[in-house]
Amino acid sequence: MLRIIKERLHQKHRTLNWPESQPTLSPRYQGRPVIELTDCGDCKACLQSCPCGALLRDEGHCPPSLDMGRCLFCGACSAACPQGAIRFTKDWRVAAFRREDLLVRPGQPLPESPPLPHKDYGLFRRSLKLRHVSAAGCNACEADTNVLGTLVFDLGRFGIEYAASPRHADGIIVSGPISENMRLALLDTWAAAPEPRVLVAVGACAISGGIFAQNPQCHGGLDNLNSERDPGMPSSALPVDVYVPGCPPNPWSILDGLLSLRRG
Amino acid sequence: MDAVTFDYRESLDLATLKPVASQVMGAELTTALNDGWRLLALCGLPEQQGQSSPARQETEIHLLCVIAHDGTGKLAALLSEPLTAYPSFTPASPQAHYFEREIFEQWGVEPLGHPWLKPVRRIPDAPAASYPYYRVEGEQVHEVAVGPVHAGIIEPGHFRFQCYGEEVLHLEIALGYQHRGLEAQLLRSSVRLPLAECIAGDSTIAHATAHCVLWERLSGLMPGQRAQILRRIALELERLANHCGDLGAIAGDTGFLPTSSWNGRIRGDFLNITASLCGNRFGRTMLTYGGVRHDADSNLCHEMLERVRMAGRDVRGAVDIMLESPGVLDRLEHTGSLTARQAQDLGLVGVPARACGLAVDARVFSPLSDLPHQEAPCVEDSGDVLARSRVRSRELDASLHLVQEDLERLAGCPSEEIAAHTEPHLPPNRLAVAQVEGWRGEVCHLAATDNKGDLLLYKVIDPSFHNWPGLALALRGQQISDFPLCNKSFNLSYCGHDL
Repeated sequence: MLRIIKERLHQKHRTLNWPESQPTLSPRYQGRPVIELTDCGDCKACLQSCPCGALLRDEGHCPPSLDMGRCLFCGACSAACPQGAIRFTKDWRVAAFRREDLLVRPGQPLPESPPLPHKDYGLFRRSLKLRHVSAAGCNACEADTNVLGTLVFDLGRFGIEYAASPRHADGIIVSGPISENMRLALLDTWAAAPEPRVLVAVGACAISGGIFAQNPQCHGGLDNLNSERDPGMPSSALPVDVYVPGCPPNPWSILDGLLSLRRG
Repeated sequence: MDAVTFDYRESLDLATLKPVASQVMGAELTTALNDGWRLLALCGLPEQQGQSSPARQETEIHLLCVIAHDGTGKLAALLSEPLTAYPSFTPASPQAHYFEREIFEQWGVEPLGHPWLKPVRRIPDAPAASYPYYRVEGEQVHEVAVGPVHAGIIEPGHFRFQCYGEEVLHLEIALGYQHRGLEAQLLRSSVRLPLAECIAGDSTIAHATAHCVLWERLSGLMPGQRAQILRRIALELERLANHCGDLGAIAGDTGFLPTSSWNGRIRGDFLNITASLCGNRFGRTMLTYGGVRHDADSNLCHEMLERVRMAGRDVRGAVDIMLESPGVLDRLEHTGSLTARQAQDLGLVGVPARACGLAVDARVFSPLSDLPHQEAPCVEDSGDVLARSRVRSRELDASLHLVQEDLERLAGCPSEEIAAHTEPHLPPNRLAVAQVEGWRGEVCHLAATDNKGDLLLYKVIDPSFHNWPGLALALRGQQISDFPLCNKSFNLSYCGHDL
């Protein structure tokens, strides 16, 4: 007993006083990219280097746009660009409310303030219970979603908790590219959550299928779950409220995504 | 003996593998397993015809069997004649049971007389007849079905318990929900390393290392000393983070909350040390062919060293009070026990195998470099949750020691190129194997090239592939309430299994 108390004193209180103090991320962390407007000529080095088709070529000789919803944040494009036009910043507040807001265009500056929701989520301001569904996630997004429950982040102090059943939840967090074998379970879980409810997509796979987007065994994430691949499904079957891009997103990015519902 | 033996670090010319009858293969496998060899892989190898894709029936299929001898670092390969059915190896060599089911699933090749033949990946929409569940009949026997969506934030899988009161008579684990088509994608894709990193996100370094080492063994590329040290630091940090998290989870399921809360935090400290090396907590982008992508100068080495020392002190203290608590010991002892014989029959690897007294550890028996390494695996003999916890606890010490030594070694190592500049070309008609001891156990990647140097086969064997049947067996005769604890003590990967 005394040893436990002694150890307790040693381990101290180490929950970060966020948002008053900001987290220190690795100096090598790669967050929100910015793309300078340059003349690329015929150079396609970045496009060829991207492992998952996150770069979208625009007309003319300007650099491509980058879709954070597909991006692995691996930095291959940044390393490949002879002009250094693509740079990954330390901005970890990458969550967005609309799919198109995940597109980073050449010349677009870093956002001055995080985006505001275009819907009223006031109902969840003080209490938000979420059920998580891993739909073929590799356990990286899962682990960094789960970690918010530890005492570094102490998710409970924000009134946010992970619920064991969708019946007890105000929404669903989805990770993974949505394998065919998990499609039904995901739809059932969503249907079991009472309305009003929110849907949070965590990670490149859940948003767009990420690196597995083209595999017939996967549905290309929420982007494609309802599109031409499944013509029988209504397109609003799984409407996403918050997108948290990354592979996997840093836990602070996920926390920021969850708390973003309270802005405005 | 028809098997061709080769050193684990080398590749094998496929032409030296003369196809034998499946009966010969089965007999040789049985003899070898009795002589202390271990079944590393048994899979279908498509006949070379230029274009080949999995699950296509027209291609002729050989069986390829690779066994390992831990004492000598020797591997041996056997190839069967093309076949569509063969007498099952499982009755004589139980280690083959899961591999044979997978071959049946992937290629439709039927092992005749297999005691429990069905796919290893269940398809939820398929007719029930294709995946019959084992049932225990009896008036008071009931069935508990759990999943695929679980109560916690974990990957999906389906569990069926056959219970008599609280007692579990049988547990069947149905997986396949995580199937992403990853193995087939590794075959056809030209960008393979980011895929290898996603085989199991919590074992990014182990799988990426296995993939790179496989490429290096096929092409004869040799990473330099710095790269070898950096790879090992990353691999051991991955082990530290996960062993720490697992012990915390075991404490949590025992109701011992101090260790449960602290280890959740300390696990993050180790992940953040990995992030200081490569920017990503899971080690994404750390590795590349012929070396690593990120170097650490002596300042970073010293900073990491200090952080490893602090996190090491924290985790040691947290785990010690847990493993000294009579309440915890009482809960862990004799729970979910396996015998050494069962572990050997099933071909278990990693922590669960070492907890049963089996000395298996690829770091000791198939080291990846010439760096000095651990001399013997950390082995316990009681085979229960306590033994699996103690193996982890002792491996924490061993890994802490190794990481600190390596960081000091790295700080004193002259700077040099840490990676190859181009992706190596694969030579034609070669077979190579990479064994990497990840935190769960031995991660094994195996590849063969055709006569043009294109991939003919890429097989990923996550330790979970061997160990899921072990978890099912450990539950026999236990209380159903022991499941979460037993599950945490194995902590297996769903996506690493489903691929």
